[in-house]
Amino acid sequence: MTKTTPKLAALAIALGSLAAAQPPAVLSVAGTPPSLQAKIGATVEAKLPLQLRPGYHVQSNTPTDKYLIPLRLTWNPGPLEALGVTYPKPKMEKYAFSEMPQSVFSGNFELTTKFRVPEAAIAGPSAITGKLRYQACNDAMCLPPRTMDVKLPVDIVR
Amino acid sequence: MKQPALWIAAGAIAVYLAFASFEEPDRPALKPEPERKPSPEFALKDARGATVRLSDYRGQVVLLNFWASWCAPCRQEIPWFTEFEREFKDRGFSVLGVAFDERGWTTVAPYAQRARINYPVLLGGDDLMTLYGGQDALPVTFLIDRSGRIARMHVGAAGKSAYRQEILDLLKADT
Repeated sequence: MTKTTPKLAALAIALGSLAAAQPPAVLSVAGTPPSLQAKIGATVEAKLPLQLRPGYHVQSNTPTDKYLIPLRLTWNPGPLEALGVTYPKPKMEKYAFSEMPQSVFSGNFELTTKFRVPEAAIAGPSAITGKLRYQACNDAMCLPPRTMDVKLPVDIVR
Repeated sequence: MKQPALWIAAGAIAVYLAFASFEEPDRPALKPEPERKPSPEFALKDARGATVRLSDYRGQVVLLNFWASWCAPCRQEIPWFTEFEREFKDRGFSVLGVAFDERGWTTVAPYAQRARINYPVLLGGDDLMTLYGGQDALPVTFLIDRSGRIARMHVGAAGKSAYRQEILDLLKADT
């Protein structure tokens, strides 16, 4: 009895922590992005892998209607200069609430950003940060637009 | 032997249907009166700046709809609610729309005009959402009886026929 009590207490704490934990965001970065090797003066591509909760979709970067909020990745000024973001080809999907198919992303997908490493960049480990704006729905309801902070580790080399 | 088995099967189906009716948004299912809770009071501004209070509608059946202009399922429902307002307003029924758009009237007012919304549209915020159960998703629609109690909450888009049936049931029950 005395041996099992600490185990039960630990289990209760673990379960309590699980219960208290926030539900995971509908859209999240899949895994930990590896450090980006960036040579001074060169251009590099960084992939941001994203995963959506099953049953949900986000509006693509080119939604079918003006009122829908597009997925948008922007990078803050930092050690690398963002030249442009490439979004995957959207899926055209029909939902119970829409008369026409909608341009969306669902499941796992990647956003690719091309960066230039300025000549004045300082060699060494660093990070680039940005914001991902998105709006998610499922077949019956929508979640409010969200802005998620994103961060990519960078290793700047000569 | 066969008859008890039939009764058990019938009972199981009845229990399943009773629960399914509460879970399926397309199925009309009002809460029994003793289980209904009072709809929290609020006072919000409309596009002209006039204050609208939920208690102003006491004695009427109210469809209270939380929506946003960026929400496609919400936009699907709004023409139905406009139709219900027109069809049932003379029987003691009103629709109230509460928009949860970050940019407020800048986006809500033009849409309300384009969609020819014929009922009061108000602007809501986090406080109101918390007061009404803290749902994170839209649309959320409440059917409120003449005594100001919530008879049904729909989270997510429901079927037009389910809303209509619930409105009719509330109008019938409360007259």
